Amino acid sequence: MVREKIVVKDLNLWFGENHVLKGINISIPEKAVTAVMGPSGCGKSSFLRCLNRMNDLIDTARVTGKVLIDGRNIYDDAVDVSLLRRRVGMVFQRPNPFPKSVFDNVAYGLRIHGVRNKGELRERVEEALKDANLWDEVKDRLFGSALELSGGQQQRLCIARALAVRPEIILLDEPASALDPISTAKLEELIEKLKEDYTIVIVTHNIQQAARISDYAAFLMLGELIEFGRTQEIFTAPKDKRTESYLTGRFG
Amino acid sequence: MRRFKQFVGFVVLKTSVVVGVLFLFSLIVVIALNGARVLSPGFLLEFPREGMTEGGIFPAIVGTFLLSLGAVGFALPLGVLGAIYLREYAGGGRLVRIIRTGINTLSGVPSVVFGLFGLAVFVKLFGFGVSVLSGSLTLGVLILPVIIRATEEAIEGVPREFREASYALGATKWQTVKGVVLPAALPGILTGAILGVGRAAGETAPILFTAATFYTRHLPGSPFDEVMALPYHIYALMTEGTEPEHQVPIAYGTALVLLLLVLAVNFIAIVIRYRARRARKW
Repeated sequence: MVREKIVVKDLNLWFGENHVLKGINISIPEKAVTAVMGPSGCGKSSFLRCLNRMNDLIDTARVTGKVLIDGRNIYDDAVDVSLLRRRVGMVFQRPNPFPKSVFDNVAYGLRIHGVRNKGELRERVEEALKDANLWDEVKDRLFGSALELSGGQQQRLCIARALAVRPEIILLDEPASALDPISTAKLEELIEKLKEDYTIVIVTHNIQQAARISDYAAFLMLGELIEFGRTQEIFTAPKDKRTESYLTGRFG
Repeated sequence: MRRFKQFVGFVVLKTSVVVGVLFLFSLIVVIALNGARVLSPGFLLEFPREGMTEGGIFPAIVGTFLLSLGAVGFALPLGVLGAIYLREYAGGGRLVRIIRTGINTLSGVPSVVFGLFGLAVFVKLFGFGVSVLSGSLTLGVLILPVIIRATEEAIEGVPREFREASYALGATKWQTVKGVVLPAALPGILTGAILGVGRAAGETAPILFTAATFYTRHLPGSPFDEVMALPYHIYALMTEGTEPEHQVPIAYGTALVLLLLVLAVNFIAIVIRYRARRARKW
């Protein structure tokens, strides 16, 4: 039996009057890739942002229900959001490296959390870049601008940046949507490797990608969780008619 | 008929542009031709002599530098910090909107009013006297709206993605502002500051009662000394003294120097903005 890293209970999300997520219940297993699929506007990105409380940044957002990580509700008043986000890293749809050097990008999170020692910074940056399969490509240009890298490299840099603070969970919000096929292949290869150490939740509206890389898959529609299970089962024998229609490309 | 109307419209529009440009161009030409006659290394590096009818404008150049740098030294930190607060922390409430409108209105207040304000507050109330300090502070207040607005715009122009990436790593708001937002906004802030320098350098009225003097034999030795300044020097040459036939050419020379100075400052601002735009890829 797999261990459940994230347990979501009756999660509701509103933006103002707009009811975006409706009573989501889902248990996300540890050290596996869970894909969240669904048509545009179904709330899948908003769902992902509930897991590291990024929706806090939106004034009109309101959340009810619980998100338990290792059994603790991250919406408890006592939770330090800064520490939570350190444990739950995030990579965005469009590569968004800071307009700084490659090194400073990866070191940013470390510095924020108080790592000052130069030797330690260097070690951790190298480690993160290696883990993100990027080291060999950037080791000679660590102090060049991160904006000079290709899109695919930038996205892996963003992953390295997230890895540097040693999170337990990595949230990926359509990380390949702005990448070409070759960069996407490299990224998927990386995700495959990372799941040995991290719990990964990836939002995608690329069905083939979900099929290729995920162990578990969730299907969201209009803010409701329609179906959740092992990817293989969802793809071969979906229980819900709507899931089947979506996967066979009848809408999306 | 339609073609004719279009032709008339075209001519009107084109004439407007030509006339406008002509005025700008002739301003530069008139100042340059009249000013160039007295321009020489000595004019830039000597003190005035013989009751302003001979010699140069060196102390006025120095004075203008001191005043405008002083103004920016005062207004830049205050304006940047104020803008950060307004943009990042104050939220969007009514009070903030009123403050912002107030700041924008402030930039429309006639500069002589700033001069009177400086006289009342810095010269008299604070007891700084007619001095470099009073003049710098008065000019600083004058350019404060410029710097606040430039900083607010620069901060607003920083993509949301940068902030999100920072927050997602567990950064606090202040860490995000300090580590990501301000560095990315820096070129815009610098541009604003430099434009502020140019604005401060060219103003006469604010320093009229607060800093400027017609003639000093020495450069200011302390912030509490009076100082000569280019715009006021022009004003004084044209309104005081008894030998206009010698003073007017010097006034034009001073105007040319001031014009070149302000153009140079603006040019620097343009270069910074251009390079920053080219370097960024967001």
